Amino acid sequence: MKPTAQQKFGWSGAFAVIIVVSLVPVFWLIMLSLKTPASATDGAFIPHHWTLSNYHDIFSAGLFTSALRNSIGIALISTALAVVIASSAAYAIARLDFPGKRAILAVALGVTMFPQISLVGPLYNLWRQIGLFDTWPGLIIPYLTFALPLSIYTLSAFFREIPWELEQAAEVDGATPFQAFMKIIAPLATPGLVTTFIIVFLLCWNDFIFAISLTSSNAAQTVPAALAQFPGASQFTQPIGDIAAAAVVVTIPVMIIVILFQRRIVSGLTAGAVKG
Amino acid sequence: MADIALEHITKKYGDGFEAVKDLNLDISDGEFMILVGPSGCGKSTALRMVAGLEDITGGELKIGGEVMNDRAPKDRDIAMVFQNYALYPHMTVRENMGFALKLAGAPKQEINDKVTEAARILDLQQHLDRKPANLSGGQRQRVAMGRAIVRNPKAFLMDEPLSNLDAKLRVQMRTEIARIQQRFETTTIYVTHDQTEALTLGDRIAVMRAGVLQQVGAPGELYAHPDNLFVAGFIGSPSMNFLPGEIDGDTLKLPLGDVQMPGSVRQRLSSGPGGGRNGVIVGMRPEDFEDAQLVPDRGRGITFTTNIDVLESMGSEFYVYFNVGTEKVASRELEELANDAGAAELPTQEGSQVTARLEAASRVRQGQDAELWFNAEHIHLFDPENGKTLLGGDGHVDEAPSSPPQGLAGSDDT
Repeated sequence: MKPTAQQKFGWSGAFAVIIVVSLVPVFWLIMLSLKTPASATDGAFIPHHWTLSNYHDIFSAGLFTSALRNSIGIALISTALAVVIASSAAYAIARLDFPGKRAILAVALGVTMFPQISLVGPLYNLWRQIGLFDTWPGLIIPYLTFALPLSIYTLSAFFREIPWELEQAAEVDGATPFQAFMKIIAPLATPGLVTTFIIVFLLCWNDFIFAISLTSSNAAQTVPAALAQFPGASQFTQPIGDIAAAAVVVTIPVMIIVILFQRRIVSGLTAGAVKG
Repeated sequence: MADIALEHITKKYGDGFEAVKDLNLDISDGEFMILVGPSGCGKSTALRMVAGLEDITGGELKIGGEVMNDRAPKDRDIAMVFQNYALYPHMTVRENMGFALKLAGAPKQEINDKVTEAARILDLQQHLDRKPANLSGGQRQRVAMGRAIVRNPKAFLMDEPLSNLDAKLRVQMRTEIARIQQRFETTTIYVTHDQTEALTLGDRIAVMRAGVLQQVGAPGELYAHPDNLFVAGFIGSPSMNFLPGEIDGDTLKLPLGDVQMPGSVRQRLSSGPGGGRNGVIVGMRPEDFEDAQLVPDRGRGITFTTNIDVLESMGSEFYVYFNVGTEKVASRELEELANDAGAAELPTQEGSQVTARLEAASRVRQGQDAELWFNAEHIHLFDPENGKTLLGGDGHVDEAPSSPPQGLAGSDDT
């Protein structure tokens, strides 16, 4: 059924509102990062004096560059581990019938229910005692515990969509179960893997609570934690411009990555596998 | 190339459901064996056990003399064509067909040669670099066939490979499959619920019902000498008519009238298992009826007058339907068949409806009385209690009716 002109108009209007609402804060942030510290609080959308000094500041101080390195490293490692482990787990859940399957899913879901803040205190003490405090593994481990249930859920949904006959065909064709997974299932689940990768990456990239509590130095401090500790130019100036610049630096690349990856998330990749 | 032997094969699921019960089947090298039956009869399960996709609960499966029960599918050297084709959507036709060879580590040149040859046989050359999504249903089906034949496996297993095609294409592909099977002479097990496919394709047919093998034999044999009501009703289209009858000496009393049983029938009845019975179920194939005007010698049959309910002209022949004012034959097997065909949803009619096939030269008209004749030589008699045939083998299969499975009878193994 073709939408009427009125429907088209309505939808376009709704889309326009959503786009404006989502993009205004982003542009506000960009504009703020281009203002001088003195004019940061003048309330104008367009800066009176354009400057890149905020960007210069954050990259010349060691705090931000080490935080950026930590963020990228920790987020990538956590995400990669989560996707690899979760895809095996999700595959088993989608394909195999074993006792306790439901229990595993329930427990996995239960883990995500814990308020993160309630875990921070005990983890802080534990990490200090076993020497994980302020290290990369010290952040990667808690990130995994929250990323895994999410990825297992997402991926098992994707795996269930793939017709089982494809694997059986591969096995009859002479593939081991592992080969069938690697050559048939994994390529077909690529959209799911990419989706999961993006979700988990953002989860780790944006985490603040664990980052601020379980790190203390530039050995493992990530960008969100470092942002909170930016010093101003003097004790009387607020580091608003620096924070905005740092926020732009960590947001824009992620937006670009997501937009690029999104092209891989094409629906209907399994079209033509089976009839009906 | 290998023979396949199923010995006391049983499949029992965790919930206690027995899908296949004590199945014994010997398929010789190069034979085209059809497993046929209504949905849920265990035919697909049996095939999947041969493929290794389903565990065997009991019994022994041998391919080429070797026990295969615990071998993984990849170690059985069989190729399977799935009902929904199961093509790898991210690979081109060429890659799909060469996948098994690539896994086996065949050299590139050899893979290429074999795929090209298979594509030539299946007329897929111009589609080799396309993805399955861009192919029509018939082309996809041929790619699935191609994937099986490039490997030159010990056996082809086909699970309702034609059921997703439209009617016209199905008939074409049916011929195609017969041609390919004859060309490669590969042992084939073919699962279908369509008795026409079974009759036209198979060297032998195994009819299954509720996990139990009913009868195995050449198409002509199953058609002419069904072992029980189920096989009788399942094989043949339009299906056999069943009426209650009573044996009184040499006379068979039918709702259509009394008929003197011909010598051949009497002889087979006496050599059969349940001689001496009175009440029987009588099976009459539609093509054994004829317009009485067209039969010069009505001696060996019964002539009766009935009112034609419906007449369907097929051009080359007529199908006429008429009612016989008698109770319907009640039997579990027949009910099951009717349910499977969806007939249970049709409004029930008074009496028994009989279908007859008449020559196109007949002058019978719908709604009018007509004189019809039935050939009593081809009568089938069944035990109303257990559904088994009451007729023993007559030893001369060559006298099979002249309809569909011509020339296929011969490998009589009863």
